[in-house]
Amino acid sequence: MSVDSSSTADIAAKAAAARERLDQHAYEIVQWHFHESTGCPFWLQKKKELKFDPLTEVKNYDDIKKFPNFEDDWLREGSVRNWVPQAFADKPVYVFETGGTTGQPKRRIVIDDFRTDYEMFSETLPDEYFPRGANWLMLGPSGPRRLRLAVEHLCQHRGGICFCIDLDPRWVVKLIKTGQMDQLEAYKKHCTDQAITILESENNVQCMFATPKLLDSLADALEDKGSSIPQAGITGIFSGGTEFTPQWTRYCVEELFGGPPEKSGVYMTPTYGNTLMGLACSSPVTAADKYKISYYAPQPRAVTEVVSFDDSNEKVGVGETGRVKLTTLTKEFFVPGFLERDEGEREAACAMYPWDGVSGVRPYHEFASSTTVGVY
Amino acid sequence: MLNIPVMRWGEPYESLEIDEVLHFATGEPIAKVSQANGGIIQRDMRKAQQARDTLRQFKISELIAMIAKAADLYENGTLPLGDGVQSPDDFVHQQSASTGLPEHMCRSNMGKNSFVLKNMDRILDCLTRGLDLDILTKGYGMESRGVMLSYQAQAPVLGAVLPSNSPGVHTLWLPVIPLQLGLVLKPGPQEPWTPYRMISAFIEAGIPRNVFSLYPGGPEAGAAVLSSCDRAMIFGGTATVEQYKGNHKVQAHGPGFSKILLGDDVVDDWEKYIDLMAESIYINSGRGCINCSGVWASRHTQEIAQALAEKLGPIEAKPPQDEEAGLAAFTISGMGKAVWNMIETDLKESGVTDMTSQYGDRLVEQERCSYLRPTIVHCKRPENAIAKKEYMYPFSTVVECPQDQMLSKIGPTLVCTAITDNQKWAQELSDATHIDRLNIGPIPTTRLNWLQPHEGSIIDFLFRSRAYQVPE
Repeated sequence: MSVDSSSTADIAAKAAAARERLDQHAYEIVQWHFHESTGCPFWLQKKKELKFDPLTEVKNYDDIKKFPNFEDDWLREGSVRNWVPQAFADKPVYVFETGGTTGQPKRRIVIDDFRTDYEMFSETLPDEYFPRGANWLMLGPSGPRRLRLAVEHLCQHRGGICFCIDLDPRWVVKLIKTGQMDQLEAYKKHCTDQAITILESENNVQCMFATPKLLDSLADALEDKGSSIPQAGITGIFSGGTEFTPQWTRYCVEELFGGPPEKSGVYMTPTYGNTLMGLACSSPVTAADKYKISYYAPQPRAVTEVVSFDDSNEKVGVGETGRVKLTTLTKEFFVPGFLERDEGEREAACAMYPWDGVSGVRPYHEFASSTTVGVY
Repeated sequence: MLNIPVMRWGEPYESLEIDEVLHFATGEPIAKVSQANGGIIQRDMRKAQQARDTLRQFKISELIAMIAKAADLYENGTLPLGDGVQSPDDFVHQQSASTGLPEHMCRSNMGKNSFVLKNMDRILDCLTRGLDLDILTKGYGMESRGVMLSYQAQAPVLGAVLPSNSPGVHTLWLPVIPLQLGLVLKPGPQEPWTPYRMISAFIEAGIPRNVFSLYPGGPEAGAAVLSSCDRAMIFGGTATVEQYKGNHKVQAHGPGFSKILLGDDVVDDWEKYIDLMAESIYINSGRGCINCSGVWASRHTQEIAQALAEKLGPIEAKPPQDEEAGLAAFTISGMGKAVWNMIETDLKESGVTDMTSQYGDRLVEQERCSYLRPTIVHCKRPENAIAKKEYMYPFSTVVECPQDQMLSKIGPTLVCTAITDNQKWAQELSDATHIDRLNIGPIPTTRLNWLQPHEGSIIDFLFRSRAYQVPE
């Protein structure tokens, strides 16, 4: 699962093909969401307010810039049923909510997207460390979040059974905001205690999802019991949910796992995902590259761009810093130009992911001081 | 430019996260400081006991001798720092560059720290009330009067989340090494200099390096120090102090709200004390918690405020190298303006007057920093909101309040200088539990006797007195 050493010309050719696929996909998705027979009430209503006709004037991905930027509040207000495409009106619908760290949570409807996302992600996981048939531990947010169901599906898709703990990230945020750090520690311990009970009673748990902080707490708790992540039998970890830094990754690899995968037997892949996008995968993270983490969205189902802080239609140059802009393009859900609460550096296409990526993802500097990052 | 690593029990650790320190006035790069993440700190604390075990291999008297040697090295030596070295002049320049303090103040603060180190034997004698220090090493011992005493260390190390504002606070943790406890320090983001230089001096003086950990970093690093050390101190605002109220593991040092109270018996002679008041407000650019932020009297308050304004109001912001510079810069972008905005809001209240307004604008904004010139505000009533405020520059209110109401209205006070010969009132002040350090008589709030416990005795915090019996 390493990025191969394809030539620049190879990557350029793959990127051109990916772009062609994206343009075609963008056209089809816009047709779907704005056609009376398939679109959802929200977009059909919005269509009347637009100064252009999406059905005739969106022919490729760049034409999506004609839409105004997507507003957070559209996902906070009104009936969630407004987002269900007519074509899926009879299907069972899930509602997934964002963490709710800044007030009223954003909501989106999902039918199958989370399964598709995680099946695609599954293809990027090395079987050596994420054995097919192995059981999983899900040590992350539960409740109305996508993660619990998604990780469980990933596990089932790979032939395993998933064990889950309860974690309410909104309670964590409240504890932090009110300075109840002792309660925060107690809650963290409550979560890791549940995880250890699972690890001790179920001997085929070899893979896990964990948020960075819970992974750290779990490693600590295992060490208190004279054990460790590798000794507990964990070989594959998929981590994400909060800001993920190279330094933290290095700390995990060097100190919690006992070295790189070939030495410790533990492989960790950082991810960057959210309810609106799905799961962006990381190119492999190595000490030689100073644990740099570059994420690539699951194009063409979702596209991330790094755009200028001043003009959200202007991509910054490769290596430059900007705000992360997301466009979701699935039949279930269409989100054009959503400005994320994150910033980062634009990364060039690579052979494994021949489209733009983003590295150094961190809270957007203008929001950073007012955002509370908890265990989730 | 220096590269300063994290120090993990004496071992340097270069983080992938770096904080670049720039000169506040010129933007000149000064240092790159590695940043620790919380997990590293919690993990390292598993080995905390080794620090105490190492230090207990020395007698306290030996450690005191090393500390005295460290005093000289700290003040005069060229010491290793990161991938370079640091002379005393480098230290002064670097500390001024990041904190905004004028260089001569940085130099003078070196003297205070050095004094405490040189006099550690006397300081420990006073802090322990003359205890045979071997009792702290062994945990028990027989006193000459035939009584068995026992003092048990409550942690193998002291953690400290240090501030950036006033280098003088470092004196609080200096006695820890001779008390045979390790040091786990999270320096203030603008002031990594004193902890690093002090530790470097300690190591050069012969104290084993594996008893020191230094973790520059963000709030997560501070939280990790506090949660993983059984005894820790933190410096912060009111909200921080409140957060740790009742947490016996944390000694929280918040704002000082230090005050000067003029008794009715002396207030008619207020002019005699103007220099003392001005010194208490202005010295060290008013940055410390021991600087006076409120002068209280029952009468003559308008004249007192006017006289203080005449003395302090004209003081101008000067470059940090100027020996006459009396004001420290706010080096964080927008901070000076934000502070001034808060003051302006409070100045709108009835009965509140800015007595320094006639000496020009208080807020001085420069290209890369800002200054606030000394501000004296008269309050007709103790209830005026600004009477309860404290800011990190020479700022003081002069509050009109009947003497018999002062104790109930001054609020928590770190240092109180009460000028009075009224013995009854002096006794009431002595009994007041919301006053920490009490000066009865004309002593500036900023003049500390280092042989007294400062903001709670560190001995009481680190050691538990307990019963210990052996068969007679």
